[in-house]
This record gives sequence, C-alpha cells and structure tokens, in this order.
Amino acid sequence: MSENAPAVEEKKLPKDLAAENGMVNVQIDGHWIQVPRGTRMIEAAKIAEKEIPHYCYHPKLSSPGNCRMCLVQMGMPPRPAPGEDPKYGEDGYQEIGWMPRPVIACANTVAENMGIRTGGELVEKTREGVMEFLLINHPLDCPICDQAGECKLQEFSVEHGRGESRFKETKIKKPKNVDIGQNIRLDDERCIMCSRCIRFMDEVAEDPVLGFSQRGTHTSVTVHPGHRLDNNYSLNTADICPVGALTSNDFRFQMRVWFLKETKTIDVNCGTGANTVVWTRGNEIFRVTPRQNDDVNSAWIPDSHRLSFHELQNDSRLTAPMILKDGKHVEVSNLEAINKAAEGLGMRQPNEVAVIASGRQSNEELYLAKKIATALGTDLLTIVPRQGESDGKLISADRNPNTTGAGLIFGIDDPTAKLDAIREGVSTGRIKALIVFNENLLDEAGFKQEDLAKLEHLVTTHTHANPTAAAAQVVLPGAGWAEKRATYVNVTGRLQRANQATIAPGGTRDDWETLGALLNKLDKDYQLPSSMDSVFNALAKENETFTGQTFGSIGDLGVVITETGVTIPLLDQEKKRKESGIIVG
Amino acid sequence: MATIKVQRPKLSAGEKIYFGAIFKGMVITLRHAFRSLVGKSVGAKELNSTGVGITMQYPEQKWDEELPEYYRGTPALVTNEEDREKCVSCQLCEFICPPKAIKITPGEIPTDDEWAKVEKRPKAFDIDMIRCIYCGMCEEVCPEEAIFLRPDYVVTGTTRKEMVHDKDRLYEIGGKRVGLVNKWNDLK
Repeated sequence: MSENAPAVEEKKLPKDLAAENGMVNVQIDGHWIQVPRGTRMIEAAKIAEKEIPHYCYHPKLSSPGNCRMCLVQMGMPPRPAPGEDPKYGEDGYQEIGWMPRPVIACANTVAENMGIRTGGELVEKTREGVMEFLLINHPLDCPICDQAGECKLQEFSVEHGRGESRFKETKIKKPKNVDIGQNIRLDDERCIMCSRCIRFMDEVAEDPVLGFSQRGTHTSVTVHPGHRLDNNYSLNTADICPVGALTSNDFRFQMRVWFLKETKTIDVNCGTGANTVVWTRGNEIFRVTPRQNDDVNSAWIPDSHRLSFHELQNDSRLTAPMILKDGKHVEVSNLEAINKAAEGLGMRQPNEVAVIASGRQSNEELYLAKKIATALGTDLLTIVPRQGESDGKLISADRNPNTTGAGLIFGIDDPTAKLDAIREGVSTGRIKALIVFNENLLDEAGFKQEDLAKLEHLVTTHTHANPTAAAAQVVLPGAGWAEKRATYVNVTGRLQRANQATIAPGGTRDDWETLGALLNKLDKDYQLPSSMDSVFNALAKENETFTGQTFGSIGDLGVVITETGVTIPLLDQEKKRKESGIIVG
Repeated sequence: MATIKVQRPKLSAGEKIYFGAIFKGMVITLRHAFRSLVGKSVGAKELNSTGVGITMQYPEQKWDEELPEYYRGTPALVTNEEDREKCVSCQLCEFICPPKAIKITPGEIPTDDEWAKVEKRPKAFDIDMIRCIYCGMCEEVCPEEAIFLRPDYVVTGTTRKEMVHDKDRLYEIGGKRVGLVNKWNDLK
C-alpha cells in the first residue's frame, strides 16, 4: 500500500457488501443472513433452516397465496423523513420497524434489511387461527384416509392446532369417494382448497381439467363437466395434495404409509430415468413415487411408469434355471445351467455365435455381455432398439433406459446396428448359437418363431416367461429392476444409480452373478467377480468415460459423464417458467 | 464399605436337635392330609373346590365369575348395534402391537354395500395368539372402539395355524357391543 493512501478506508456497510454479490441481508428470527436477491421469504427461511408451515406453496408451481398458512411477521426500516439520512447502527444495519399485521411468506420476496419473524405471539396466533378454520369442515377420516401418516394437515394440527373443536354446528357435506379419473379418487370434504392440483394440471401437465366450483365454505374441487382426470401425469396430483383429497386408486387402502420402507432408485421404463422412491413392506412393492431431481424429472413421473412395478410382482416370473431335456424344460442348479450354456457356446466357430444384449440391462451387465462376446470371438453384439413417441414431457422416445450406456460400453455410436445382421444370420442358418439377455426376440427385435427353431443352441436370461425362453435350450432367471443395485446412463448422458428394494423370487441370482459365472466358463482367465462394485470398478478402469466413478460417487442424483445433446422437454418448459419468475424452481 | 457383623442367634438344646420342629411340621401336614381326605380342606369354599384336596379342579371348575371387570383376555373385534363391523382397518393396532401378533389386510367396501360410506374395512384380520401378550395396547390405540380384550382366556390349539384367530373367529369372540362411539352416524 502506498503512503499516500488513506490510513483507514471507509468501512463498507453490509448492504453494499451483499449487493456486490447480488445478495441482500435478511434478519430471520434475530439472525442476519445473506440470500440471493429476489428469493421468496419462505425460501429464505428454508436457507436459515426455519420451517414455515404451508399448504398451497410448491416450488415447482405458481404461488397464489391462498392457504394463508405461511403467514409471518415482516419488518422494514422506517422510511426516512424528507432530507433525513438513513441511520445505521453499530452493526451496520438499520433498525427494523415491525409491521403490525402478518404477511404471506410464499409470494413475497425479500428486500435489503428486511426482518422476518417465523415465530412469536402474532405468528403463532395467526397459525392457530388458520388451522382452526381449515379444520372446521374437515372430516374425521384419518382412520380410513390413505394420506394419514404423511398428511400436512395432521402434522400441523399437532403443532399448531387446538386439540379440540369449538365448532358446534353441522359440518358442510360435500361429495366423497368421487371417481374423477382412471387413477385418482377425489374426496371433496378433505380438500383444504390449496389448488396445488389445479395448478399442476394447468401449468405442468398442460391439461387444465380441474377447477373450483361453488363459493365460500361450499367451494370444492371438481373436474370440468364432460372431462375426466385421465392425464398420464394425474397421479402427481395425489403426491402434491397436502391432504387426502386426491388419493391414488392403485394404492387405495393397500397399506398405511408408516409401514413402508423407502428405497431411492430410478425408473427404467424409458431413457429419461426419472428418479423415484420405491415403497416396500417385506418383499412387496406397494407404490412408487417421484423423487426430486431438477436435472432429470423435476418432481414428477408419468403414471404409466409409476404403475409398471406391478409387472415385477406377477405370476409369470422365472424363478429357477432350466434346461431343455427331451423337449421339456426341467429345473436344474445354477451351476448345471451355466455349464450347459457354456458348453453349447464354446464349441462353435466365432462366426456361428451372436450375442443380443438389451438396452434394459445395466452398465455392469452390458460390460459383462461385451466380455462374453469377446470371449466367444464374435463381433455380433447388439441391443434391441425400443423406440416410441416422446410425450413432450418426461417420456423419452427411447424406451430403453440404457441405450447411451450401451453405446459407451460397446464403443460404438449405434449399439443397435448389428441386430439386422444377426436376424438375417439366424434365418439363413449361419448363426447356430445365440445368447439373448433380457429380451423376447419375438417383440421389438422382430424375429419369427421359425427362426428360433433353426438355432441349435439358444441361451436366454429374462425376468418373465416368454416365447424366446420357451424355445431356449438354457433359461436363466433374471432379477428385476427393483431387485438389484445397478447403474444406468440416461438419454442426457447422466450416470444414475438404482438401488435394491426387494429380493428376487425363488433361486434367482443377480444378473451380474449369472453373467460373471458364464463368462468365467467361457474365458478361463476371467476371475469370478466378488461383488457388484467390483464389476463396476472393472468397467470404470477399462472405459475412460466411466473412469473415476464408483457406486458411491454417483450419489442419489447421478453425475453427467457424457454429452449427448439431448434435453428433457419438461425441464425446458420448467426453465422458461422459472426465468419468467412464475415459479421458484 | 461399612461392615455389619451379625451375631448368630443362641439356640437352646431343643432347637439344636430340631426334631421338635420337624415333628410339628409333620403334624400340620398330616392334619391337612386327613382333612382333605374327609372333604374338609382349608380354603375349599374360597377356591370353589369340592374339599377333596386343596387344588381347584381346573378346567372342570373355573373361577370365571370372580374375574375382575378389567380382566385382559383374548383380543377380539366387535360389531355395533346395527351389526356394522366397527373396524375400518386403520392398522394402528398392527403398528402398536409390541410382539407383532396382528396382521391386517385392508380392503374397500363395495359401493353397493349398506355401509359404503365407511369405505374401508379389513379384508383379513389375523391375530396370532401364540405371539399375543395380552397387553391391551390394541384396545387402547383403536380410534374406532373396534377391538377389545375379552375375558376369554382359554386359547388352545394343536397346530400353529389353529392358534391364529382369523376375522370370523375374532367377531365370534367379540360379538356385538352397544353404546360405543359411532362416527358413522346419519350426520356423517
């Protein structure tokens, strides 16, 4: 510092320091914190780890501010008289003049030197008042209500309720148990008019079929006459409903939520790989709900994907390894089945065998599939394309959850390219032995029944009984998506982790065990993998795109490992709403 | 630590050879034995016994009328005045049950049913009486006053399956109860 510089620089005020970073100073319950300019008061309180109870506010939806539950006390510095300079205290802040009436925290944004009180006599009393009004016409349905246990009205009435009702009059009767859509049941008496479902259907699902009718205490949620709530995103309304007004038909009266164990995993019905939570009790899946991941599925999931878990629990699961003996499939031990499979494959010339893997397989399984193809000396390795139509929201046109992963692991741009060559080779009889992982060749792969009969040796793994398995010499049962730990790469190039929620039925082993054992028989140099992680680690070692990743480093939200240029339409729409300030995001 | 020295009591010569005490005891025993033979056992009246022997002859003889009002026997489900199953299968008893004896499969009441407005009732309700510890938590936690501990205490069976009380058996034991809280009245 030069000698000419002033010895003491003028001390900067907190407001100027904050403004340099686009922040503002807010006092929350007596503590000053910095939050980004334009933050809603409710979000600022969240940053300060103070809970403000609320019903209608949802970060992904617009804020009408109609439940009045998030009322807090707000204060600003008094406006200086004309010609008067603002007075700053010793700590550099202006004195806060508290407003005598509460304001809603969800729709107001913070300002410099603002004070927020999330507690205190005024706030407590307003909350109690709002709770009392909300509970006036609320029925005592908790014992039969599916929301019980995760109901915000239950939770806040414990914290802010009176415990008994002063309302002696007869409660308003409204329609109960109304069938408003394929997946959703409406109970109007339980509704607290937060309008989250209405806003969701309007803003996110873009199918505005819900609305309020009547006035005052008779206000009730209804579907527009002549319409039904049959949108493929309708079940999200049951998730965001803070009470039991909208409940899922599928989960209706199946199990109380407090018995269910939550497992964070991902959806495998399309390339998006929506993040989900699987709710299980014992070894049974009861429901699947979306899990927030702002880079994949926001906070939503399509109904068709959510309800697909029933498939895992039907009666047609394969539960034991089988081999074909005298025209009939007989159950054998894992070892015998693997030996038989390897025997029939190992004796062929490299150009007589082919491997059909699946885009529904995880990275680890695809890695082992590629190793099996290498051990057999064939370059005929493919996955089966599964194209559909994108719904313009979350459902990707690619219905395989791991096409990107297959491309990365096979080291080619189009992992489905060789399918035609294999199909042609099978029908001409050139290919004599075939391994099929997790696919039924008569479906999307486009094989014909008579083609399968031409094969001398067909080995297949699958979760369910199917025509390909019926024609196979060796059938190995596979674990379903909820029954294994695995990693997938979604259409945007994000590596995501699925976790095991249930145990596969019967004698089914994890797929990596089956594939590892088969590879071990075909390639004597290959050591049996000791765990799922070791397979992934071997993949990360060999494939540079996966280098540096481990099961632990992926985390619950996944990591981007490659650029594909694909975006998820729903996230683009959400981004626009966020930029225009409609939602918090 | 403080040590207290205890003095042995001084025994007289008669006490030291202890034959006197043995003889005294023998006399008491023989007197009871003799009285029970002639049907005049002490306490026979109180135990509702025949007087032959001091023991009450269970199960031929029972003490049931002496059971207190609050006796906690087997848990059972009850119906109300209108023969409606009171249980709505909220599963709180299943949750609170310390030995996990209760297993409920909830079900929906069909819309054409008389009690369709209740919406929910148990499809199956099993109480494993091998597990039940008769604590009465299920009765205490029930928001619908549907489960009560009955005075029945004779729960026997020769297989594990027999020891599981299913829904029909539970309603058979519980029977009908009147005057309980009825949330599902005409106002509802």
